[in-house]
Amino acid sequence: MSGAGRSKRGDTVGVRINGEDRKVPRGLDVRSLLEWLELTPELVVVERNLEILERDQYGSVTVEDGDALEVVHFVGGGLASSTFPEEMES
Amino acid sequence: MTEGVRTEGGETVVLEDRSETLAVGGRELGSRLIVGTGKYSDNATMVEAIRASGAAMVTVAVRRVDLDRTQEEGILHHLDPHEFFLLANTAGCYSAEEAIRYARLARAAGFNDFLKLEVIGDQETLLPDVQETIEAAKVLTEDGFKVMAYTNDDLVTALRLEDVGCIAVMPLASPIGSGLGLVNPYFIREIKRRLEVPVIVDAGVGTASDACLTMEQGVDGILMNTALAAADDPVGMATAMRYAVRAGRLAFLAGRMPSREIAVPSSPTRGMLD
Repeated sequence: MSGAGRSKRGDTVGVRINGEDRKVPRGLDVRSLLEWLELTPELVVVERNLEILERDQYGSVTVEDGDALEVVHFVGGGLASSTFPEEMES
Repeated sequence: MTEGVRTEGGETVVLEDRSETLAVGGRELGSRLIVGTGKYSDNATMVEAIRASGAAMVTVAVRRVDLDRTQEEGILHHLDPHEFFLLANTAGCYSAEEAIRYARLARAAGFNDFLKLEVIGDQETLLPDVQETIEAAKVLTEDGFKVMAYTNDDLVTALRLEDVGCIAVMPLASPIGSGLGLVNPYFIREIKRRLEVPVIVDAGVGTASDACLTMEQGVDGILMNTALAAADDPVGMATAMRYAVRAGRLAFLAGRMPSREIAVPSSPTRGMLD
């Protein structure tokens, strides 16, 4: 991983979450990141650099500088017209 | 005697469970009606309408969490996954690759391995891209998903989807959200006649008579969303749909009289007074 996104003080890392660049505390595992984002880990699914993480990995995978994360959940939906398509980054 | 009906001491008894349950992918659902959860004005109405519809299986979509919480929170805050069987869909996907990605995210949520596969091919009509749908269905079936595939009312595509291992094929009644009802009963009957897996009509039903007519073709079930969510009274329409789906199924099982373009008297023509 490149260190380009690191802050000078080195206490945060730069990650992209759901298409937005964010600074998050350095050294967080995925579970702590979700809690830091005030999300319930049991109600979301996380994809890290295009790989889906199983929930039992959340505590052991550390968020690295430059990671691209998608955090998704279930929303109301029937067919195409009854939901609002939103592009995920690939 | 047809399935779902028997006679007891001269009385015809309807076996409610057999006309109302839908067996799909090794599951026995308590209703032939499957409903979507989108487009409702509020979550309380959605839950009330779903309960009124009697549906056991409900579809949900996968979307990004809104980190700023300006949008609605996740549906699991409102819908109890122990009360309803959650059927994740790939709504809004336009390629096999995209649908496969959404499918895997949905499965990682940990509820079940059923998936309503939907790959749209045209933004204006929202008609399915059948080539991408077949391709995605093949990959996902090999990956262990129980795929219920949304498709056109095209027999050959329906056969291909069955061939690649879909556990149900879901031809449309008419375009998504159109409320045009069943535009091609003949093709729907033909698909039902030729497939071994359940045929569940998906999309286009607008009101109770549409649902009833669709079930009268002999299909195994119906999936609808907008017909309930966009009704003036979603709970009332959900109740109507519950009866319509059941009435249509019973009428199909009962076997309708032949239709003909001449009148036939139903009272004796003999014995009239001079």
